[in-house]
Amino acid sequence: MEYFIQQLVNGLTLGSIYGMIAIGYTMVYGIIGMINFAHGDIFMLGGFAALIVFLLLTTFMAGVPVVLALLLMMIVGMLTAALWNWTIERVAYRPLRGSFRLAPLITAIGMSIVLSNFIQVTQGPRNKPIPPLVSSVYDLFGITVSLKQIIIVVITAILLSVFWYIVNRTPLGRAQRATEQDSKMAALLGVDVDRTISVTFIMGAALAAVAGTMYLMYYGVVVFTDGFAPGVKAFTAAVLGGIGSLPGAVLGGLLIGLIESLWSAYFTIDYKDVATFSILAIVLIFKPSGILGRPEVEKV
Amino acid sequence: MTAPLLNVRGVETYYGNIRALNGVDVEVHRGEIVSLIGANGAGKSTLMMTIFGKPQARTGSINFEGQDITRLPTHEIARLRIAQSPEGRRIFPRMTVLENLQMGASLDDLKHFKEDVEKVFTLFPRLKERQAQRGGTLSGGEQQMLSIGRALMARPKLLLLDEPSLGLAPLIVKGIFDAIKKLNKQEGLTVFLVEQNAFGALKLSDRGYVLVNGRVTMSGTGKDLLANPEVRAAYLEGGRH
Repeated sequence: MEYFIQQLVNGLTLGSIYGMIAIGYTMVYGIIGMINFAHGDIFMLGGFAALIVFLLLTTFMAGVPVVLALLLMMIVGMLTAALWNWTIERVAYRPLRGSFRLAPLITAIGMSIVLSNFIQVTQGPRNKPIPPLVSSVYDLFGITVSLKQIIIVVITAILLSVFWYIVNRTPLGRAQRATEQDSKMAALLGVDVDRTISVTFIMGAALAAVAGTMYLMYYGVVVFTDGFAPGVKAFTAAVLGGIGSLPGAVLGGLLIGLIESLWSAYFTIDYKDVATFSILAIVLIFKPSGILGRPEVEKV
Repeated sequence: MTAPLLNVRGVETYYGNIRALNGVDVEVHRGEIVSLIGANGAGKSTLMMTIFGKPQARTGSINFEGQDITRLPTHEIARLRIAQSPEGRRIFPRMTVLENLQMGASLDDLKHFKEDVEKVFTLFPRLKERQAQRGGTLSGGEQQMLSIGRALMARPKLLLLDEPSLGLAPLIVKGIFDAIKKLNKQEGLTVFLVEQNAFGALKLSDRGYVLVNGRVTMSGTGKDLLANPEVRAAYLEGGRH
């Protein structure tokens, strides 16, 4: 039983990271109907930005408190990732809006390659390890919970609440939802649709960068290919939860995290990705719109 | 007469290579109700959307309060206080009635929201009952009321209405036409409406235009057009309501 709960804790941590990335996929899909395949690399880039901040801090300001260091890493990561994602949307996706559906998709794959190669060239192809930032571990009734895990889950919960508030309770969020539901009508009501789309890319990138920082802290290592596997899994999470649905993205992320750690714990770690994607395939066969996705029943 | 509020001159609009508007001239003055009548596919809705730059006119010009708006982006045109209840109503289906109205008021950051929403609810009491319901679940008539109400929330200087009577029961149509008349009389609201229901529209209007194949073929006061034999033959007789 303890072993099982232990795996739940691990899965929840991993799932939080996937969920934060998945939101970026699902929001961009909701608002302009494209899959931003470069989003996984934005996550990786956020991790690298955090890494650079960490190295600068330890080199020039040794003894800086860990909380402050983490905060700085997150903020710089968010800004860097947001700037990149904004730029990508501006130069690579916006000119293709209104062109045939595959064009932005192919461009997004291209942007993904550009980003990972850019990091490979500028930061080197090797694994970049950092010493453990937080190493406290607690023992609760036989279950080991590390401070890292607590930080990840708490930060995810806080950010998702802020995010939920922005989307559902502010004029900006209302404009985003309006653009998602009918961008032409939103424009008729005075919403600057291009700006709203840019903001969506910025918000998604910021969350991905936080996930990147958490990933770096959790595993203590980041490499230029890290955009791929977590990126694809977060995308899977978004589809599993119902693409376009924000709660769906979080739920999907948590499920994928749980499936992965439970499978690794009880079966074999080699096949954990197979398990993840098989479950995705099964869900999509029986519920193609995903768990919280909406079937199209609205009156027009 | 003073300079018109809205002045459309020689506008041609294309969808790809197909010409939908073929040199349209229309004027709307402050305080008027002007209607544009015509058959299906004459280009009525295209003109409404061209005023908003979606699609933009290829040639000709559109002036609003003396400012050339032909090439402005859509959201900036909206910010000049032109509001539209467009073809198909275009309610945000997954937003509540209240949120749809808030979208209408977003130009002023909801500054006058409380006051204006009460006016809309007085005009369309049904919306008040339904305010927490999602837009997509409303009936056609309720959606039409919401679409007009949402446009009014922007405190428009010019209200464009695209087929407010489409698909509605005669009693509801009468209610909506009465509401338009009331807004015009009491608030001095300028209205430019497109209608297939030519009889109702012309009766309501100060002036009217007839659009045929992307071109204005006739214009005059509502009364004159109603009495005109050609108009009667083409749009009125046998098709009242």
